[in-house]
Amino acid sequence: MPPSVLRESLLPALRSFLPASAVLDTEENLHPYECDGLSAYRQLPGLVVLPETTEQVQHILRLCSAYRVPVVARGAGTGLSGGALPLADGVLLSLAKFNRILEIDPLNRTATVQPGVRNLAISEAAAPHGLYYAPDPSSQIACSIGGNVAENAGGVHCLKYGLTVHNVLGLKFVTIDGELVTLGGKVLDAPGYDLLALFTGSEGMLGVITEVTVKLLPKPERAQVALAAFDDLEKAGHAVAAIIAAGIIPAGLEMMDNPAIRAAEDYVHAGYPVDAQAILLCELDGTNEEVSEGIAQVRALLTNQGATEVRTARDDAERLRMWAGRKAAFPAVGRISPDYYCMDGTIPRQHLATVLKRISELSREYGLQVANVFHAGDGNLHPLILYDANKLGELERTEEFGGKILELCVEVGGTITGEHGVGMEKINQMCVQFNFAELTQFHAIKTAFDPHGLLNPGKAVPTLHRCAEFGRMHVHGGKLAFPEIERF
Amino acid sequence: MTDNDIAEQLAQAVRKAAAARTPLAICGSGSKHFLAGELGAAALDVTGHRGIVSYEPTELVITARAGTLLREIEAALAAKNQMLGFEPPHFGPKATLGGTIACNLSGPRRPYCGAARDFVLGTRIVNGKGEILKFGGQVMKNVAGYDASRLMAGSYGTLGVLLDISLKVLPKPAQESTLTFEMSADEAIRKMNTWAGQPLPLSAACHLGDTLYIRLSGTDTGVRAAHIKLGGELDTRGTAFWQELREHQLMFFAGEAPLWRLSVPAAAPLLDLPGKYLLDWGGAQRWLQTTVAEADVHRAAEAAGGHATLLRIAGRPRSMRLSNPVTSRLTRELRRAFDPSAIFNPSLNLA
Repeated sequence: MPPSVLRESLLPALRSFLPASAVLDTEENLHPYECDGLSAYRQLPGLVVLPETTEQVQHILRLCSAYRVPVVARGAGTGLSGGALPLADGVLLSLAKFNRILEIDPLNRTATVQPGVRNLAISEAAAPHGLYYAPDPSSQIACSIGGNVAENAGGVHCLKYGLTVHNVLGLKFVTIDGELVTLGGKVLDAPGYDLLALFTGSEGMLGVITEVTVKLLPKPERAQVALAAFDDLEKAGHAVAAIIAAGIIPAGLEMMDNPAIRAAEDYVHAGYPVDAQAILLCELDGTNEEVSEGIAQVRALLTNQGATEVRTARDDAERLRMWAGRKAAFPAVGRISPDYYCMDGTIPRQHLATVLKRISELSREYGLQVANVFHAGDGNLHPLILYDANKLGELERTEEFGGKILELCVEVGGTITGEHGVGMEKINQMCVQFNFAELTQFHAIKTAFDPHGLLNPGKAVPTLHRCAEFGRMHVHGGKLAFPEIERF
Repeated sequence: MTDNDIAEQLAQAVRKAAAARTPLAICGSGSKHFLAGELGAAALDVTGHRGIVSYEPTELVITARAGTLLREIEAALAAKNQMLGFEPPHFGPKATLGGTIACNLSGPRRPYCGAARDFVLGTRIVNGKGEILKFGGQVMKNVAGYDASRLMAGSYGTLGVLLDISLKVLPKPAQESTLTFEMSADEAIRKMNTWAGQPLPLSAACHLGDTLYIRLSGTDTGVRAAHIKLGGELDTRGTAFWQELREHQLMFFAGEAPLWRLSVPAAAPLLDLPGKYLLDWGGAQRWLQTTVAEADVHRAAEAAGGHATLLRIAGRPRSMRLSNPVTSRLTRELRRAFDPSAIFNPSLNLA
C-alpha cells in the first residue's frame, strides 16, 4: 500500500460518514493512542477512528479491506503485551464509544453489553440482582470487556470460576469484510464449531467485537481468607498442593515471595510478616456453612505443612486489608524501583521450586532484582523484574532476562503467557513454544477469517521468517534443561 | 493399563489418505455413531492409541490418549477422589475419551460446572496434512496462540485426529443429595432459574413429568443447609436417576418418535410445540419427542434464542443448521485450514 492511500483515499472516505470528532489525524490527537499498558512499545497510529454504531464499524472495515489498510482494534488500552500497539500505516479502531450495558437478564443470569463497557461496571450493574461477573483481572476498574474477550483475561479467581472463555456465552463481531456475525447468545452452546472459544483470546486477529453476552453468577454468601507465612518457598508450594489434594478449590490462592511481601507491606501496611520467605493467601467462598467448614480445614492443613503463622480475617475489613497488599503488589514494586517489567508465564505447579531457583540465578547473572507474585492455584507466575530505563542498555537486558524466564516456563511444560497475551511482547517466544507446523496451522486459522492479514498484523503469531531470524526455535526433547519432565 | 502411543502410525495413515484423497472415518468404540449417522468412509481406528500419559491430582490435570476408555479415566480419578466435572455421558461401555471430546458431550452438571470444552486444557492432534501438532498445554491459564485445542471439542473429528487430551479435573463433592418437588414444567423453569441465581450448591436440575429433580453437591453441612432452605423430598434413588438421565436410559428416551435436542436460554418459556418434553440443565437443554415438521422445530427454537438438533431419526446423517451464511463460510474455511484435502469424516456436514 502506498503511504498516500491512508490520508488521500481512506481519510476522506471515513469523513464522508463519520462525524468530524470520530476521525483523528493530527499528531496531537493521535498521541494518546501510541501505546497500551505496555508503554515500552510506542508507535503513533496513521489514523484513529471512534465509531459508535455497529454499522459504522462495518463500514470502516469494508473500507479498510477495500484499500488494504491494516486495522488495530483497541478497548481501554490496559493490555500488558502491546496487543493494541498501533501501526504507522494503519487505522486504530477504538471501541471506547461502545460503552452501553444493553441488558441485564436476572432470570437467565446474563448481561449483554457493548465491548467498551468496563469489566467492573458489569458486576456493578448486576449487583442489585445478587449477581456478578466472575473474571476479575487486576485492571477491572478500567479494562473493557471487549479487551477481556480479545485477551481471554484471567484474574485471581480463575481456578474456581474460570477465565473469560468460561464466562462468555455470546459475541457479535464484524469480519474484515464488514459482515456481522453472531456467535452463541443466552444459551450454553451453539451448532457447529466452537468459534466462541476460538475467538476468545484471539487478540484482535480474527474480527472486531461489537457485542458481548456474559454469564452472571450468584454472589457467594460469604468469603473468608487465611494468610499463612512460610520460612521457605518450597514449603509454601507444598501447602498449595496439600490444599488441592484435600479436595478444596479456593476462590483465590495467591503466593508472594519476600521481596514482593516487603514492597507491599511498605506500601499498604497490610500487616504482612516481612521476614517470611513466602506468604499464601487462601480465600474460600460459598455458603456460610461451606466456608466455616473449609476454613477450619485449610488452617489445619497450612499448619501441618509447616506454616510459621496462620491468620484468618476477623471481619470483612481485615479480609480486604489482607488482599490490599496482594492487589497493590505491582504499584508497590513500582515504588522501590524506577521501572519494573511484569512477566506472565504459567508452569505446572510441581516445578515451582525449580523455576524460582532458576529465576534467582538469572537475577544474579543479569544483575537485576526480581519480586515474584504468583497465582498459585493455577500456576500463573508474575515475576516483576526491577530495572531503570534511564540506565543505558538496562531495558534490553531486562527484556532478554524476561525472555529467558518465559523459555524456562516452556521447558518445564508451561506456557509463555497465562493471561496477558502474546501481543508484540512475546512474539519471539512463540517460536520457542510452537514449531513451524503449529505456527503454520495458526496462520491458516487466521487466513480463514482474514485472508489479507489486515487485522492486527504482526501480533500474536510470528511469521516463520521471524522465528528463523530469532534463531531460537521450538525446543525439542532431549535438548532441554529438564529432560526428565513429561512434556505432553 | 499400559500406555500405547501410536501417534506416528496414525499420522502416516492420514498422510497416505491425504495423498490419495481417500476419506477417513475416525472411529473409537462407535458408541456415539448414532449422533453422526453413517460416515461412509474407511475407518481410522484410534482405539489402539490409549493410556493415561500423566495424572497430577494436586494440579487437577490429567492427560490421556484419545483411545483410552472413559471408564478407565473415571476410575483413575475416583481413586484420588476426583472426577470429570462435565459428567460426560458414555452411551456405551467402551466409550473413549476422544469420542467424548470430539462430540463435546456433557451431563447434568454442565450448567453449574461447565461443558467438556470448558475442561480442555490442551490437545495433540494429527491435522489433515498428517502433521502432529500440539495446542494448549497442561496448565489452567494459557493464552499463547489461538485456542485450537478447545476448538477440537465438538468438531466431530472434522478438523483432525485427536491424539492426547489434557483436561482439568475437579474434586468429588463430599456429599450429594437429590431433592424432588411436584410441580408443572412452567413453574419448574421459574424455580430452577431463581435458585440458580442464589448462592446454593446446585449441581443438576431437571423436570420430567410433573416432578422437578434438584441435585445438591458440596460439603455435608452445606448440602444439609441448602436442603432445609429449599425443602422438597429427599430422593434415595438420586445417583441412579442422574446416571439414567445422562445416558438417555430413562423411559422418556425410549420409543421411535424423532428425538430433538433444544438448546435455549434456560429461563425461556415452554415452546409452543406439541410433544413430550424433558427439561435438563436447569432449562437450558430440553429434549423433545415430536412429529412436528422439522422446519417448525428449528423455527421455534431459533425464535426462543437458541437452536434445535434432530438427534434420532433413522438412517440419516446428522446435519447442523447454521442459519448465518457468514458462519457457514467461516466454518468451511476453518475446516479447509485444518484438512485441506477434505479427508476427515467428509459426510458430516457442519456448515
